[in-house]
Amino acid sequence: MDTIAYLKERFEQLQTNPVNQHIKQMRDEAFTEFTQTGIPTVKHEEWKYTRINDFFGKDYHFTTDLKEKAFTISDLEPLQLPGHEEANLVVFINGHFHPELSHTRSEELEIISLQEATAHPQYSVIVKKHLGHSAAYHKDGINALNTAFIQEGVFIHVFKSRTASHPVYLYNITDARNGNIFAQPRCLVHVAQNAQVQMAETFATIGADESFTNQVIELVVEKDAVLDFYKIQNDAPNSKVVTTTHVHQVGKSVANVVTVSLNGGLIRNNLNMVMSAEFSEANMYGLYLGDGQTHIDNHTVVDNRQPNCLSNELYKGVLNGNATGVFNGKIFVRQIAQKTNAYQSNRNILLSENASVNTKPQLEIFADDVKCSHGCTVGRLDEDALFYMRSRGIEEKTATALLLHGFALDILDKINHEGVRTFVEGFITKKLDL
Amino acid sequence: MNTDTAQLDNLQAPEVELDPIESHVNSEYKYGFVTDIESESAPKGLNEDIIRFISAKKNEPEWMLEWRLKAYSHWLKMKEPGWANITFPPINYQDVIYYSAPKQKIKPKSLDEVDPELIKTFEKLGISLEEQKRLTGVAVDAVIDSISIGTSFKEQLAELGIIFCSMSEAIQEHPELVRQYLGSVVPVTDNFFSALNSAVFSDGSFCFIPKGVRCPMELSTYFRINAENTGQFERTLIVAEEGSYVSYLEGCTAPMRDENQLHAAVVEIIALDNAEVKYSTVQNWYPGDKEGKGGIYNFVTKRGICKGVNSKISWTQVETGSSITWKYPSVILQGDNSNGEFYSVAVTNNYQQADTGTKMIHLGKNTRSRIVSKGISAGYSNNSYRGLVRVGKNASNARNFSQCDSLLLGDKCGAHTFPYIEVKNNTGIVEHEATTSKIGEDQIFYCNQRGIDTEKAVALIINGFAKEVMNQLPMEFAVEAQKLLAISLEGSVG
Repeated sequence: MDTIAYLKERFEQLQTNPVNQHIKQMRDEAFTEFTQTGIPTVKHEEWKYTRINDFFGKDYHFTTDLKEKAFTISDLEPLQLPGHEEANLVVFINGHFHPELSHTRSEELEIISLQEATAHPQYSVIVKKHLGHSAAYHKDGINALNTAFIQEGVFIHVFKSRTASHPVYLYNITDARNGNIFAQPRCLVHVAQNAQVQMAETFATIGADESFTNQVIELVVEKDAVLDFYKIQNDAPNSKVVTTTHVHQVGKSVANVVTVSLNGGLIRNNLNMVMSAEFSEANMYGLYLGDGQTHIDNHTVVDNRQPNCLSNELYKGVLNGNATGVFNGKIFVRQIAQKTNAYQSNRNILLSENASVNTKPQLEIFADDVKCSHGCTVGRLDEDALFYMRSRGIEEKTATALLLHGFALDILDKINHEGVRTFVEGFITKKLDL
Repeated sequence: MNTDTAQLDNLQAPEVELDPIESHVNSEYKYGFVTDIESESAPKGLNEDIIRFISAKKNEPEWMLEWRLKAYSHWLKMKEPGWANITFPPINYQDVIYYSAPKQKIKPKSLDEVDPELIKTFEKLGISLEEQKRLTGVAVDAVIDSISIGTSFKEQLAELGIIFCSMSEAIQEHPELVRQYLGSVVPVTDNFFSALNSAVFSDGSFCFIPKGVRCPMELSTYFRINAENTGQFERTLIVAEEGSYVSYLEGCTAPMRDENQLHAAVVEIIALDNAEVKYSTVQNWYPGDKEGKGGIYNFVTKRGICKGVNSKISWTQVETGSSITWKYPSVILQGDNSNGEFYSVAVTNNYQQADTGTKMIHLGKNTRSRIVSKGISAGYSNNSYRGLVRVGKNASNARNFSQCDSLLLGDKCGAHTFPYIEVKNNTGIVEHEATTSKIGEDQIFYCNQRGIDTEKAVALIINGFAKEVMNQLPMEFAVEAQKLLAISLEGSVG
């Protein structure tokens, strides 16, 4: 059976389950859109360098069962981030929210299922307004596919004028111990006015079979709010991940997103910063260290919809082995968005003969009173710097590692949560064999 | 009371000063006129018979006709590309006249025999053949409506073994060279517009520089669309043999028209070992009026190949005209140590759309490329840079530097950059940087402070902005380029 026919069958089956009318309708619209576009192929401009459609040719489980009994708390232990004893936990198993393993520990925020939120007297308005906002930025089918199967998603609300005392940890886990898995986690985060929150998420595949995660997380940042979001990808080579992180700054606010991609089979991150309020600030930092057959693709969009916004973007990558890196950064400055300052930089180091990188920094500007720049470089390690260290008795391997560590540190410094930063740094040190 | 009013008037007087950016928007196309020459044209539309007609008309050999028909059959299978950042109503390819020649029964041997109407046209453009010949020593192969009407300095070039003639002449007289190189850089199957060109091209220029010869003068061709409803399909082929050098100039102006005209040219350059080709363009086709009505659709395929070691191809372009520009002069760096350059100034005003850039394909070892692109947008126009830098698996020690800057004049226009960078070799170093900005108030203020008025200040800044590219133009062209920049942005450039 071909992919679309198979998904259609599963979709129709899903729609027979009782569900809130709003979600049902959203799914319907999304599925119609998906059937028109299908799974994106390399012929799609946004997917030119990243091939995902071959997964769908294989046999895979599309778990619509609500509970994944097989996964237990002992399976979760090795996947935990430091400080998890106090943090708020949101656990997704094969794309489904797992309430038993998840915990809300801070009183400044609330974590409920999307289904509940849609019926909630206070939150239903927010859900209706913001759920699916990312669809306008992704006309490639893969986003619609997630929306078509919204089921057990999560809604996180940070209360007005409160600063979350502990971070929120999101675990996207795929349990591929019994066959290939296709998982589609979905999240909507609402940071209310003057609130602050730090979030960190990880991706993990357990088992030897293949996993494909198609995640969509939409974050709404209200006036005077501050959002810190850290995406840490250190998954198995048998995993494929497509993530869409959609930050919508509806009020004057600050959003910081750091994406660190270390391991995995195929990684595609879509990061959107929609700056809908004047004087907002958005910072996007990315670090990717690929080796083996890893394919890491970062697509970012900054949409400046209002004047006087500032955005900063720095993505750095080191590619070794047969790894491929892709970077695509788009900056849109709409006509009304005068006095926009938007900076973008992408720097790549190729360490091996077979590593390659494809980068496309893109500016689309319709306002005249702006300062926008982008730069990108591809090269190898600075030979002078290497020589400097070699001449002082540092062996080549160590010197290389030191230089790369320094290269990566720029991005690591942007992680404001100490526990998470130390954790990520540990991985990098190990990876660079320092 | 009266004195008070007078004083007030005095105070207000300076404010009447025209905003330089406003006033340039109102500038008119200066080269809009129609030359009245009887044309002998093919009927509208495109089919095999039309291609046979063109081929027969030009008395072409059988292989040429076959080549054209092959291109046509490919073209039929192709779709008009839709990826560029431009919008235009669908072109009816059956509503275009694919061949139109000025009626001239006997081929003139000297300029004196050329139709005086044509000579006048050139005089209005300020590029009189006579004058050019006398003052600048440039050999001009003038093309009006697809047929070469005057070639000068031919004998002088012939002494050195340089062949510089129209494409149709080359097909007759040097078929072996044409057959060897035509379509070797831009194959008939390359893209929609180049396939169309291959099928119907009526004329163009052919240039061959033999081994070890340094062409003593700048070779130049002026293109000009004339008869109404005529698409112009120029084909240019430049071959530089081992150790040779040539600087080639191409410039164009077109008369004012209401109907959109299609222009799909192809330029191919081949540089063998140690050869160098410098190709400069000033493009000033009719850009359409203030409402965006009319104007030329310019869909051009330009590509050069550095086939030999140490060869160099350099593209310089000043794009001020056309309602739509779709043009990516590219270099394939095949020979080791070869060098590719691309310098571009693209100016768009009113409703013009430009999607232009380059491709640098690094295949050989130690290849270098440099891209400098300057976009200036005004009015309601959109100006895009689209470029590709590809470093292949075996292109060790490749080096590229790209810089694309955009300047926005007014808040209704757009500037876009789409740079693609693909690196498959770890010894390559690729750098790209781009900025977008407007003319800063502080810059204007700085000039004002020193007694330079706003209009001159804007001119100064724009000239400075484009200077890096202008400097690459040969002397003969630099003057004209400055003139065109001034016309395109009249009011803001002095």
